[in-house]
Amino acid sequence: MPDTLILTPNIEAADDFYADLLAAHDGLDPAGSDALNARLVLILSNHIGDRAVLAEALDAARAKSK
Amino acid sequence: MSKIFETPLYPYTRHADQDAAAPPRHKVIVIGAGPIGLSAAIDLANQGVQVLVLDDNDKVSFGSRAICFAKRQLEILDRIGSADPFVEKGIEWDVGKVFFDDRQVYDFDLLAEAGHRRPAFINLQQYHFEKFLVDRVRDLQDQGAPIEIRGQSKVEAIGQHDDHVTLEVETPEGSYTLEADWLIACDGANSPTRRMLGLDFVGRVFEDNFLIADVVMDADFPTERWFWFDPPFNRGQSALLHKQPDNVWRIDLQLGWDIDKEEEKKPENVIPRLKAMLGDDVKFDLEWVSIYTFQCRRMEKFRHGRALFAGDSAHQVSPFGARGANSGMQDTDNLVWKLKLVIDGKAPEGLLDSYNVERIHGADENITNSTRSTDFITPKSDMSRILRDAVLDLSEHYEFARPLVNSGRLSVPCTYDGSPLNSADALAGPAISRPGSACPDAPLPDGFLLNHLGDRFVLMTIDADAPDSFVEEGVEVTRLALSVRDDPTLALQRRYLGDAPSGVYLIRPDQHVAARRETFDETHFRTALRRATGKE
Repeated sequence: MPDTLILTPNIEAADDFYADLLAAHDGLDPAGSDALNARLVLILSNHIGDRAVLAEALDAARAKSK
Repeated sequence: MSKIFETPLYPYTRHADQDAAAPPRHKVIVIGAGPIGLSAAIDLANQGVQVLVLDDNDKVSFGSRAICFAKRQLEILDRIGSADPFVEKGIEWDVGKVFFDDRQVYDFDLLAEAGHRRPAFINLQQYHFEKFLVDRVRDLQDQGAPIEIRGQSKVEAIGQHDDHVTLEVETPEGSYTLEADWLIACDGANSPTRRMLGLDFVGRVFEDNFLIADVVMDADFPTERWFWFDPPFNRGQSALLHKQPDNVWRIDLQLGWDIDKEEEKKPENVIPRLKAMLGDDVKFDLEWVSIYTFQCRRMEKFRHGRALFAGDSAHQVSPFGARGANSGMQDTDNLVWKLKLVIDGKAPEGLLDSYNVERIHGADENITNSTRSTDFITPKSDMSRILRDAVLDLSEHYEFARPLVNSGRLSVPCTYDGSPLNSADALAGPAISRPGSACPDAPLPDGFLLNHLGDRFVLMTIDADAPDSFVEEGVEVTRLALSVRDDPTLALQRRYLGDAPSGVYLIRPDQHVAARRETFDETHFRTALRRATGKE
């Protein structure tokens, strides 16, 4: 696991992944989708584990909301 | 109703002080005979400091109140007497179950680390706790120790002076005046002392109410901690079920902040709630019910001249994590040895300011932990609730999510990182025993390590040479020489040396580490001792 956040293309077959992400929400109402997103964030965060990388990811995500 | 609540433990009797021509002067007066006030007084008397405890009541506190006492507090009880009666009466537990909505999501075992004399926690009603402390006071009196409790003695006014305080004490036979060199206020969350001195709490974070009930039943609920998030019988709130001695179960139902307390407390409202929780067929008797309102805040300073505040009078947290009584005992553990040195003229009064620094650090740590628990238990925004529910849902299936579940982070001893009394760490040793830490226990061939520490400064050497004792500006240090050759479980090595071949520790009278180094160096440890006594 690299010790800095990857912000360059890193997902193989990006279109296929994106379709999987959308499909995961199929049939869910907004509350169900929010819950799924929350579970996904927690699962991925645990996979990353490294607090410094997680902090960078939070910063990167927040920067986009400004 | 149990007799323990009705028997006066320190009934009012007239004292010669009440007929004195001039106000008698006491060395230390403690206000409040709860767990914290009694611990402070016992600690002082043990060390030969004359102490008088004043309490407006004459009995143990009514209802279970503080019920969960952590290992560090049992170790403090051992230092000031013995934790044996507490541990023998108390209930040890290590399994917890977590429920979410209508189902159990997981269970856990605390898996207490081996090699400590005392268990991680015991459950014991506060009234038993206070009774055992009063027993200890009586033992000390029988041994001639300078300690006294006066019941039905309510402090009505306090005057502050440069070198003492004056107290107006109201009794069934009228009032009289006392003086004290030092005052320790252990008179609880609504501290009248705090009010009389015109001091107040700062930094209110939130407010919440709990219905707290002691229920007597012969049910076969196991000795486990059960915690519910958002259960069907208390929607949007939490609930806790925990076993206490004598077949008394403690039930905490969170009610939220905007409630009618008198209405909620009525048995016709309480009993249906409990039936919904325990099941219709369970027979129980309601022994005690109370509404507990907590705020999460602390005083700006715990020392105000000759008046010192300890326990809930100085700081209040949520009940999650058992950080109330437990942190109060760490307060007096921290305070008493400092006060003793100042009273004996062996340390400057400024040493008491380190009580402020160290215990405010502790209070802030408790407030942080309890605020985080509260944010998890009662989410404050939609997204906070979505994330909380996601954690609980995942915890049912995946172990990784369980450490994120926060129903209270149970009290552990505070480490005084950054304290002005600490010397820089000079040993490449384990973090668990770094300067500022409460010494971790370890089995020795003749008992346990902590029973050799406390009430004085100790120079603990592990496979290192040092003098048997030395004196620096009136403060004596005595050596405790240990070796990993006499370390049957290797706990001493693991907890104090790590990979280092040897270690020398300067340990404070409250069993916290002041300094450590691989080998003894006279200048280093004399400086460390001066620093630990407020002289550097």
